[in-house]
Amino acid sequence: MKQIVVISGKGGTGKTVIAGSFASLAKNKVMVDCDVDAADLHLLLHPAVKERHEFRSGQTAVIDKKLCKKCGKCVSVCRFGAIKPDFSIESFSCEGCGLCGYICPYGAICMEENIAGEWFVSDTKYGFFVHAKLGIAEENSGKLVAKIRQVAKELAEKQSLDYVIIDGPPGIGCPVIASLSGADCALIVTEPTLSGLHDAERVMEVAKHFNIPVKLVVNKYDLNQTMTGKIEAFCRERDVPVIGKIAFDKTVVRALVEGKTIIEYAECAAGDEVRKIWEELR
Amino acid sequence: MIISIASGKGGTGKTTIAVNLALSLKNIQFLDCDVEEPNAHIFLKPHIISEEKAVIPVPEVDESKCTYCGKCREVCAYHAIAVLPESDGKKGSVLIFPHLCHGCGACGLLCPEGAIKEVNKEIGAIEIGDKDSIQFVHGRLNIGEAMSPPLIRQVKEYINATRTVIIDAPPGTSCPVITAVKGSDFCVLVTEPTPFGLNDLILAVEVLRKLKIPFGVVINRADIGDGKVEDYCRQENIPILMSIPFNKEIAVSYSEGVPIVEEDISYQDKFINLYLNICGLKNEANSRH
Repeated sequence: MKQIVVISGKGGTGKTVIAGSFASLAKNKVMVDCDVDAADLHLLLHPAVKERHEFRSGQTAVIDKKLCKKCGKCVSVCRFGAIKPDFSIESFSCEGCGLCGYICPYGAICMEENIAGEWFVSDTKYGFFVHAKLGIAEENSGKLVAKIRQVAKELAEKQSLDYVIIDGPPGIGCPVIASLSGADCALIVTEPTLSGLHDAERVMEVAKHFNIPVKLVVNKYDLNQTMTGKIEAFCRERDVPVIGKIAFDKTVVRALVEGKTIIEYAECAAGDEVRKIWEELR
Repeated sequence: MIISIASGKGGTGKTTIAVNLALSLKNIQFLDCDVEEPNAHIFLKPHIISEEKAVIPVPEVDESKCTYCGKCREVCAYHAIAVLPESDGKKGSVLIFPHLCHGCGACGLLCPEGAIKEVNKEIGAIEIGDKDSIQFVHGRLNIGEAMSPPLIRQVKEYINATRTVIIDAPPGTSCPVITAVKGSDFCVLVTEPTPFGLNDLILAVEVLRKLKIPFGVVINRADIGDGKVEDYCRQENIPILMSIPFNKEIAVSYSEGVPIVEEDISYQDKFINLYLNICGLKNEANSRH
């Protein structure tokens, strides 16, 4: 069983469109959407939710107004600015450390467990799909990513599947690290822009830091062929194989609007290139 | 006034809007709070004057005072401390896992022996500079570092309230975004008219409503995709501040790090209008409260 994660550093380079196409191309796999705070893959896979679970993680302080004497000790120790002047908790600022509760001389603060989101196991016409929804303004997205990765891996082992295909989040922080950890291969999708190159370089370093082998794809490569050349040269220097170059193709947006993967929507150049990429990757 | 530029979906044009707005106005301070993947410097090309290390406090144990009582482990909500007690005459030990530490300070304050002090752990860098009259600050998270909010908070400590402050936020809807936009007077949400753009816009709108920050929408590449983002904004009474059509020349100059207003000066008036639009809506929101 092979775990393949699609990442990019920069957002909006085409991760989900490419991961969605793999859903059409790969057999015997489970799909996972690890971009838990702005998940989009369900818009292509149209899941029928089979299992729904609460994601409990972290705590939030609650002040009992009847016991609180407004002494201000909690305000002086809180490093997250989470206690408002009226001695109530700004829940989206509270990181759940609990220090205010330990320090309060009147026992007026207790900690309540957060329901930080939900995760799902679904059926799609492409097979199993594990996905999640982080609660609005919640934290611990890295832990939620780790949770659905574990569920997907166990499912793949139980069903003797060949692949876990992961649509990752943008950036290089905690949800990206959680998406990468233990993967067999990371596919970086970038675009021929200075920002695309800059961000791909950083996420490439993160993958290297965690010893994950990396391959790269340039999306909309014909928008700036000189820049595409620079990205290819950059990859050559680092022994990162460039396994595909996808041309700008208006069919991609049309497929998206119809809620279809580009493989299924119509014969198109972008779809042909993604087929080639999958053959390289599998 | 503090204006933040955010979006649920990545790659919709946050940095483009932030940079071009900054270049079209006077008396600006620009903060790039997308510390995982900062890009604004590619377009603004600021002259960097100073660099500072961004640090978070992590505990360090003075083992000569430590009795291995385990209080620090017990109070750490992030499981960043393990304590092995003394046994069979063998010395105990305390293990600290700095990458799990949120720097809350609970272990140090609650240690009965006063055996814990905090030392600074570097998580990234902050660079300060200028581009003509624009003051520029950005943060860069170190590779392999998981937590961006402390660095974002440190970038925001440089806010200069005598200027119009433009904050370029990271994508998404979770803690890094909230840390970046919190305290803004107005937030511009940048989206594109596709199902992905709409889905993530709806999530971002929920975040801003929860934070009680007034906001409006900029639709980028407005002529691709469908009309559902506009329909949604109309239904929800969300002002559309600006629409920018897809333009190959703009896309190419973007790819080379050239801002729109440098490619096509007529855009300057459009960005000034965007600013006036924002001021009007902010005053409206103030008078309602």
